[in-house]
Amino acid sequence: MEQDIKLLKGNEAVAEAAIRCGCDGYFGYPITPQSEIMETLMQLEPWKTTGMVVLQAESEVAAINMVYGGAGCGKRVMTSSSSPGMSLKQEGLSYMAGADLPGLVVSVMRGGPGLGTIQSSQADYFQTVKGGGHGDYKMITLAPASVQEMADFTVLGFELAFKYNIVSVVLADGIIGQMMEKVQLPPYQKRLTNDEIREKYPWATLGKPANRKPNVITSLELDSALMEQRNLNLQKKYKEIEKNEVRYEEIACEDAEYLLVAFGSSARICQKTVELAREKGIKLGLFRPITLFPFPTNEIYAYTNTVKAILTVELNAGQMVEDVRLAVNGTIPVEHYGRMGGIVPTAEEILEVTEKLIAK
Amino acid sequence: MTTKDIIKPENLVYAKPSVMNNNTMHYCPGCSHGVIHKLIAEVIGEMGIQDKAIGVAPVGCAVFAYNYLDIDWHEAAHGRAPAVATGIKRLLPDNYVFTYQGDGDLAAIGTAETIHACNRGENIAIFFVNNGIYGMTGGQMAPTTLLGMKTSTCPSGRQEDLNGFPLPITTLVAQLEGTRYVTRQSVHTANAVKKAKKAIRKALENSAEGKGTSFVEFVSTCNAGWKMSPAEANTWMEKNMIPVYPIGDLKDK
Ligand SMILES: Cc1ncc(C[n+]2csc(CCOP(=O)(O)OP(=O)(O)O)c2C)c(N)n1
Ligand code: SF4
Ligand SMILES: [Mg+2]
Repeated sequence: MEQDIKLLKGNEAVAEAAIRCGCDGYFGYPITPQSEIMETLMQLEPWKTTGMVVLQAESEVAAINMVYGGAGCGKRVMTSSSSPGMSLKQEGLSYMAGADLPGLVVSVMRGGPGLGTIQSSQADYFQTVKGGGHGDYKMITLAPASVQEMADFTVLGFELAFKYNIVSVVLADGIIGQMMEKVQLPPYQKRLTNDEIREKYPWATLGKPANRKPNVITSLELDSALMEQRNLNLQKKYKEIEKNEVRYEEIACEDAEYLLVAFGSSARICQKTVELAREKGIKLGLFRPITLFPFPTNEIYAYTNTVKAILTVELNAGQMVEDVRLAVNGTIPVEHYGRMGGIVPTAEEILEVTEKLIAK
Repeated sequence: MTTKDIIKPENLVYAKPSVMNNNTMHYCPGCSHGVIHKLIAEVIGEMGIQDKAIGVAPVGCAVFAYNYLDIDWHEAAHGRAPAVATGIKRLLPDNYVFTYQGDGDLAAIGTAETIHACNRGENIAIFFVNNGIYGMTGGQMAPTTLLGMKTSTCPSGRQEDLNGFPLPITTLVAQLEGTRYVTRQSVHTANAVKKAKKAIRKALENSAEGKGTSFVEFVSTCNAGWKMSPAEANTWMEKNMIPVYPIGDLKDK
């Protein structure tokens, strides 16, 4: 029997989990710090076992359009990239949103702008959560803080994508992609057959049988009234997702007087800050949004009665902090602490900033 | 013979292909797109592959190709059709997958996708409508616009020092190991139409055999963009386009 518990890098865990959860195809282009995803897939050769297709594309642009093609056929297809490559995928992501296509994208952030650095960063929060491509659209965004969650969210990302016909993004950063931890891999799930896809996803293009109309995957609609309706349908879907799919973690929050809000690798560091603060008798808690869209707005607002101030900690100049401020809506002060360019703050550094905030 | 006699089924010698529906086409009268659509529809019908064909429409005048042929379609982003078709064909190897693209789509913004799909030898058919102009956006210069040819973005004619040379993309892809069948056709005479139809059939048949990419260029007219009558456009094409893009097979492995 193949081992289900392994010591893996975050990126490797994505590859293993994808094969196991019945993924039909991966299309990607190498870029640090996520190249291990395609490398691991190429080593594991899933086309010989589950039949999963793995293809190195000529660019991120081509890769996301291959995903568009596969997704239109009702297949579970994915791609992965990092910041400069994610910029190139935005066109395809917008088209997928416009055509209501499900798919999985693993985005392992590095520092920017431009070619920036291969070191870790969380500077693509806006790009991912606010819709980096054109048009009013959103993508479900899951922020893993461990190798385990890299595996789990690969599976969950596909599930949510097909539940809502939407793109799911696993938004990690270089630290989560590269670090090694013990991980419990998901059980094997069979890939769907074409007949099962026809049954489950009647919109899928598998060839038109005589008894149905042609299926067309398109985002184009020149009639303004119909195009507005398409947009309204998208917004309705996003509302539904906001209602059902908010996920978050609370650490030492019950009696907290001050709150750190952080996601991904920043949250891992903040966990240590909370321990250090508690040793000093400071009632500090950590709220970790797991879904960045849908954002845990109400859940954060609920703390405004008991918490005196919030500090968001991000590896960027202040992006998620805007959503936290919107959530508390002026009721309590919200400050941001961020490091950029691949610099990662220490737990002690964050504690110092927290103590200054408390002293204010 | 009266009209009544003529329309009796036994006297019919020509009919609309069954794969083609009754939607009113948006193409300008005289445009090559309509003829090429009809030929593809005929071949799909004659091959009996309506339930297995998946088309990928471009961004260009043929963006609505999916409105006319009753098969499953994807509408791709501008230039990305070969990548979209790659995704489809890799996951549905038993289907007949083809792209339908204009010159701007295939040989400017989508050059990388075209070259690499051909170089990987994707088992798809690529139908390439070369009218030497951006028809849809109102007649701007295309990569295949001839030297001296006037368009709205080269109003005094394409100049090599400013705009470079017409891109012979078909000649280029014929050099690649991944292509199996590369041909240049046209649809401006009855004879040309017959040959073009054969090429379409060969390309689609090849794509099922798994031996590489088939690429069919149609040297075409855009009478609206060229600001000519359909008849003038045909004459102009014969005189000016075909010498630069000569008709015939470039490769047949
Ligand atoms: C990314 C992007 N850039 C530009 C356009 C605008 N655009 C639409 S069609 C087209 C050119 C199409 O020309 P061609 O491919 O030759 O097709 P034709 O209309 O001549 O058949 C352009 C530039 C677009 N839709 N998307
Ligand atoms: S603009 Fe040109 S290519 Fe487009 S439909 Fe009219 S004639 Fe055809
Ligand atoms: Mg053109």
